[in-house]
Amino acid sequence: MLAKRIIPCLDVKDGKVVKGVHFVDLQEVGDAVELGRRYALEGADELVYLDISATLEGRRTFAELVGKVARAVNIPFTVGGGIGSLDDASRLLDAGADKISINSAAIARPELIGEIAAKYGSQFVVVAIDAKTCPDGQWRATTHGGSRMTDRELFSWAREAEERGAGEILFTSMDHDGTRSGYPCPVYAALSDSLGIPVIASGGAGSVADIAAVLTEGKADAALAASIFHYGQYTVGEVKRQLNEMNIPVRLI
Amino acid sequence: MIAVVDYDMGNLRSLENALDRLGATYEVTADPELIRRARKVILPGVGNAGMAMDNLVERELPDVIRSLRQPVLGICVGMQILCRDSEEAAGKPCLGVFDAHVRRFTPAPGCKVPHMGWNSLGNLDGKLFKELGQNPYVYFVHSYYAGLCPDTVATCRYGDVLFSAALRYENFYGTQFHPEKSGGTGEAILRNFLNI
Repeated sequence: MLAKRIIPCLDVKDGKVVKGVHFVDLQEVGDAVELGRRYALEGADELVYLDISATLEGRRTFAELVGKVARAVNIPFTVGGGIGSLDDASRLLDAGADKISINSAAIARPELIGEIAAKYGSQFVVVAIDAKTCPDGQWRATTHGGSRMTDRELFSWAREAEERGAGEILFTSMDHDGTRSGYPCPVYAALSDSLGIPVIASGGAGSVADIAAVLTEGKADAALAASIFHYGQYTVGEVKRQLNEMNIPVRLI
Repeated sequence: MIAVVDYDMGNLRSLENALDRLGATYEVTADPELIRRARKVILPGVGNAGMAMDNLVERELPDVIRSLRQPVLGICVGMQILCRDSEEAAGKPCLGVFDAHVRRFTPAPGCKVPHMGWNSLGNLDGKLFKELGQNPYVYFVHSYYAGLCPDTVATCRYGDVLFSAALRYENFYGTQFHPEKSGGTGEAILRNFLNI
């Protein structure tokens, strides 16, 4: 049976992890390669590395890091942050990334989704949507970490992304992100039902029960999480063991 | 030396990295002579099966591959083109080593296409799966599958479809999944292949 995926997310700035599990016995806390290896050994199904560097030098360091991760990690990984062109995507593919995640650049120029998918296949393209509810009750996509609202309505934008060649949708509710209060499951379920591609839930998990809810009621195919692991509350292995006890299909190591 | 067949079908970086982690010596090549002389041959492949056959034909490799006597491992589309034919290569015969027909998954509720992610194997048979336990999880990304046939040595279920996750005929092996991305299980499968 196809397993529900648990995906730790590592935020990387200037080549160092600034958000991710901090293993107590690890010498260098921010070592992105070693952290990725640890997550993989614990049973992570995929990894996401998000570049939050603001400088050109930081971006260059990130590309080098992707090559090191590819050499060290034996599970699929996605890279995102600052990908604005087909060239950016090509460079990361060459470095060994299995997928790339695009967000603001896809909103600015939706054709980019199709260009990357046509060259490397849909399985390579994850479209990330950071959405929040508007006063009129609609969910709309935002950019720049939720600070800028766009006129893209969540459901129609996700469908358009699929039609243009996205292989997966990574949907973060900016209303819930960082609150550790759970996911908006009915919205996830409606989104998942409306698409023919997998939906990855992100942002809001405060407990294993929250993750279980979004994978069942929310019909999400995968859950991406940072803080639940970051604060050392649970290991990836513990989360998956608990999900397994709730009869949710997961890959146990 | 292991020959990794280079026929312009997707990025080989993941496979090279996996072989590096196992300490294997390999060469990425389309040279028929190197391929014939290699101790083992890996036929990778990401993308379209029709294009994969065209690229092999262009490099005059179909007969070279069919006539190999050393262990050969086809991965993903590499496995599919070792089959008899594929809906994705409409009208073109494939290499015909495995007696299987490759067809497309039909999307259904709860059964999205491509089949992507970690799924468990069943009915494991043979050297590739030595010491792996009964139902190990491996990583898949594909929209087409080989049906069950006498060459099936591992099965996988997706929705209502039970398909060939791995095939074997004489010295030819094939995996629909990506051992190079399947964690410790994938490494064990690659190591088993290298040790045949």
